[in-house]
Amino acid sequence: MALHLTPRDSGPITVVDASGRITLGDGSANLRKTIRQLVDEAHVNILLNLADVDYIDSSGIGELVSAYTAVRSKGGELKLLHLTKKVHDLLQITKLFTVFEVFSDEPSAVRSFK
Amino acid sequence: MGQETKHLEVTLETQVESVNLAEEMCLRLAEAAGFGEDECYRIGMSVREGVINAFHYGNKEKPEKKIHLAIDLTPEKMIIHVTDEGAGFILKDVPDPLAEENLLSTSGRGIFLMRAFMDEFDVVKSQKGGAEIVMSKRLPGADSAQSNGNGSGGHDRAPRRGA
Repeated sequence: MALHLTPRDSGPITVVDASGRITLGDGSANLRKTIRQLVDEAHVNILLNLADVDYIDSSGIGELVSAYTAVRSKGGELKLLHLTKKVHDLLQITKLFTVFEVFSDEPSAVRSFK
Repeated sequence: MGQETKHLEVTLETQVESVNLAEEMCLRLAEAAGFGEDECYRIGMSVREGVINAFHYGNKEKPEKKIHLAIDLTPEKMIIHVTDEGAGFILKDVPDPLAEENLLSTSGRGIFLMRAFMDEFDVVKSQKGGAEIVMSKRLPGADSAQSNGNGSGGHDRAPRRGA
């Protein structure tokens, strides 16, 4: 299943609704392209909604980390919203919960950005 | 033992599509072997990571090289071999992705995931010098007392010598 990404504004924050799989190939490339585009347009406070993403492989994890560092290098933040159980477990065993801020409700997530 | 071992072997091209193909194939076999949804996910992910490793690190994405996937279904476990045509690597030399300094690395988690998701995992040198990943998952309901001594199943994440 291809990865679909739909950015939308929520005040000063850009929420990106993702659905599909973030895996080697199109999924990872699509995420990279979307984040780069947002950063280039100075949208550096990004909330990635993973409610409809139930599969991420090591390539997808790498792309999430790459997006995180790209946004941070421009003074912004990348946070995650609505993790499915599989993605939650994956971030837990790879210790990326210590890197990403993760939220389970959108208003709290949006408010958390400085 | 009355039950026979089933063996399947395929040669895959060094291309991204092979990753999905290998995953799909192993998922079907795992489902047919009686693994539940969670275990199928872990097996599928591990095969995926094994083939990504062969595609990217082993064969360096060179299309003239091949990826060899073999699956043995014994009465006790499903054993998966993923072999590349690269230079091989030493498992203990692979950096720990959980180390503080590697947490923000954009690669290097595939081996870790395979180790975490499978019951047994090892990397050996293939006859042609490439890396051969050998990993297995105990079949649901298989009695660990019948193990041939190569592993006890369960959820031990430590690597052990493969087949």
